[in-house]
Amino acid sequence: MKILEAKETVIALAGNPNSGKSSLFNALTGSRQHVGNWPGVTVEKKEGRFSYRGLTFRVVDLPGTYSLGAHTEDEIIARDFLFSHPDIVVNVVDSTNLERNLYLTLQLLEMGASLVLVLNMSDEAKAKHIEIDQGRLSTLLGTPVVMTVAPRKEGIPELLERIVTLRGREPRETFRIKYREDIEEEIAKIEALLTLYPELTHRYPSRWLAIKLLEGEKRILQEMNRQSFMKHVFPQVEESKKRLIDRYGEDLETIFANQRYHFITRLVQECMRRKGEEKGTYTLSDRIDRVVTHRFFGIPLFLFTMWLVFQCTFALSEPLVGWIETLFTFLQEKATFILENLGVADFFISFLVDGVINGVGSVLVFVPPIFLLFLAISLLEDSGYIARAAYVMDRLMHILGLHGKSFIPLLLGFGCNVPGIMATRTLENREDRMITMLVNPFISCAARLPVYVLFTGVFFARHQGWIIFSLYLLGIVVAILTAKWFKRYLFKGETSHFVMELPPYRIPTVKGLFIHMWERGSSFIKKAGTIIIAMVVLIWILANLPFGVEYASNESIIGKLGTAMAPLLAPAGFGTWQTAVSLIFGIVAKEVVVGTLAVVYGVGEEGVGEMVRQHFTPLSAYAFMVMTLLYIPCVATIGAIRRESNSWGITIFALGYSLIVGWTMAVLIFQVGQLLGFH
Amino acid sequence: MRAPERTLLPLSFVPAGKEVTIREITSGERWRHRLLEMGFNRGTTVRVISNHHGPLIVALYENRIALSRGVAHKILVQEE
Repeated sequence: MKILEAKETVIALAGNPNSGKSSLFNALTGSRQHVGNWPGVTVEKKEGRFSYRGLTFRVVDLPGTYSLGAHTEDEIIARDFLFSHPDIVVNVVDSTNLERNLYLTLQLLEMGASLVLVLNMSDEAKAKHIEIDQGRLSTLLGTPVVMTVAPRKEGIPELLERIVTLRGREPRETFRIKYREDIEEEIAKIEALLTLYPELTHRYPSRWLAIKLLEGEKRILQEMNRQSFMKHVFPQVEESKKRLIDRYGEDLETIFANQRYHFITRLVQECMRRKGEEKGTYTLSDRIDRVVTHRFFGIPLFLFTMWLVFQCTFALSEPLVGWIETLFTFLQEKATFILENLGVADFFISFLVDGVINGVGSVLVFVPPIFLLFLAISLLEDSGYIARAAYVMDRLMHILGLHGKSFIPLLLGFGCNVPGIMATRTLENREDRMITMLVNPFISCAARLPVYVLFTGVFFARHQGWIIFSLYLLGIVVAILTAKWFKRYLFKGETSHFVMELPPYRIPTVKGLFIHMWERGSSFIKKAGTIIIAMVVLIWILANLPFGVEYASNESIIGKLGTAMAPLLAPAGFGTWQTAVSLIFGIVAKEVVVGTLAVVYGVGEEGVGEMVRQHFTPLSAYAFMVMTLLYIPCVATIGAIRRESNSWGITIFALGYSLIVGWTMAVLIFQVGQLLGFH
Repeated sequence: MRAPERTLLPLSFVPAGKEVTIREITSGERWRHRLLEMGFNRGTTVRVISNHHGPLIVALYENRIALSRGVAHKILVQEE
């Protein structure tokens, strides 16, 4: 038996956006979750495991989706996974909006999924005097129904019981919506043909397949086009379609959708009552929105919020950074002392102390600001503010030919460009998606901060905040101009529409915030633990070869490499071999620039500042920071662009474009600055 | 029953606070399907929460949805 062999049961978690799916996911899996990638794409795949009654379950949290219609990259992933027959589908719905949420439920049931319907946020429904007859709903849909309040884990034990009962049960009779007589006739005709091919009906229920063929579901059509016998079925499909279109005067997808909504209306009438008519009242969220999305106050409020985010991030992380620096200086001294006493070779001591410990330290000092920034972004997301930011920025984004939804990926880019680029998959329009993706690397991510902090600390100590702010601003301006230019010449296409849900404001839970922060921040730690350390070690080795050469001198391999590149950088004011080397390695990850400088100047973390003071002027330091901001996205970002755009052409274009922009800006700033008498 | 043609007006013309019923969506097929699956189907009642320059905010059951003016022009509604 297949069921006995299967070690774990796969549960797909599906639901509309904002139905509280993530909090249910957290309630089910606790901390036992990890973020991986879907095969072939960078889209995050959130998975978690839990055990119950000696059984192991793997929960896959699918991107929020309204239907299986798949209009965005996100929804395509959700659809494809649901089509691949997960053992159990847990369909999370917002109890206060059954009318909308049940649309997906119906599609899942029609597909024949083993489904548990979760009426989440049942406390909010109660507060709004919405009464749902759980038993009746379960009978009418022929599927178990559970009420939950996910953040408080209410209803979770019952949900687990339902899942266990459902697991491995023989597929029940497939749920069916009774469509209008004339539609049923056409479905029956196609179904009759399909049942002639058992290899097909083994995989999908024949009725469902007939409906999908009529609706013209793209993925099913693609799959069916490969089957030679389908040529006996397609003529009937076309004939049926034509007949129905003639009769209803609408396309088939619309006809079916209307029929499903009709079914939902009756279902809801029977199972749900909204007591105490509160129509026409404005909720607390609406009242907050009156201020937050105000036509004049909206944008200043948003800018103030962002200012607050950055101020808090830096103010709070400063002492932590100090402690880490102290700790690593201490470690370096102790390690040198101990190793020297043990009589370890100088060569090896240098490797451990200058290479490894120094490398790790120079990266770890950026953990506090990066985590705090991610915490702040999670706070904006979980409270519901981020959707409002998109709303108020919509008007400005229109100037660029984009719309408000494109703003969220840009905002996330301040944390890290990789999630920023991945967030573009919520955009409906391919042109918009490409532009938003390509301008994202110009948004100054947290990894550039170390470079700014180092250089502004040395040269602009009194105006540090303002100088860093000017770099963020420059990144935004470059992104804006690029977007406008790309929209006009490269990705023309129509502007797609801004249609976005504004979830009600919520007070985020501390647990939820930390889970989100950890999800994002830990990828930085992992990067620091692998790529960055490997790079620092590689740099250290290259700085020591060929044998006998003085460590990190211009005679070493690394020195020669840098010397060859240096003349190209001279017009920007930093044409030394050390800066060239740091920029080359900065492609691996921007924060590596600082670590590389430490290695090639042959000093520790605390000595870099002094070396920078000797090798740069304020003007060339500024030009160097601009170069670091713009020149080439880091490897992780390049990888994200490649996978999300699915095109090497676009990826190489992105590299070339940013390199030209970065170099030109750095040169312009240095040259014009000199003419103006700066130095 | 189809409503008389003259009482239809675009959602974008409906002032804040008014409740209207969706009668027709005249945008291209792709966006019509998108709106349909989000719950904007014929016969559904929506309430306009805010309507000044920029996107509208409408209430669809208990949810709030921002709609750009371009889309709102293409949703034809009828006053209650």
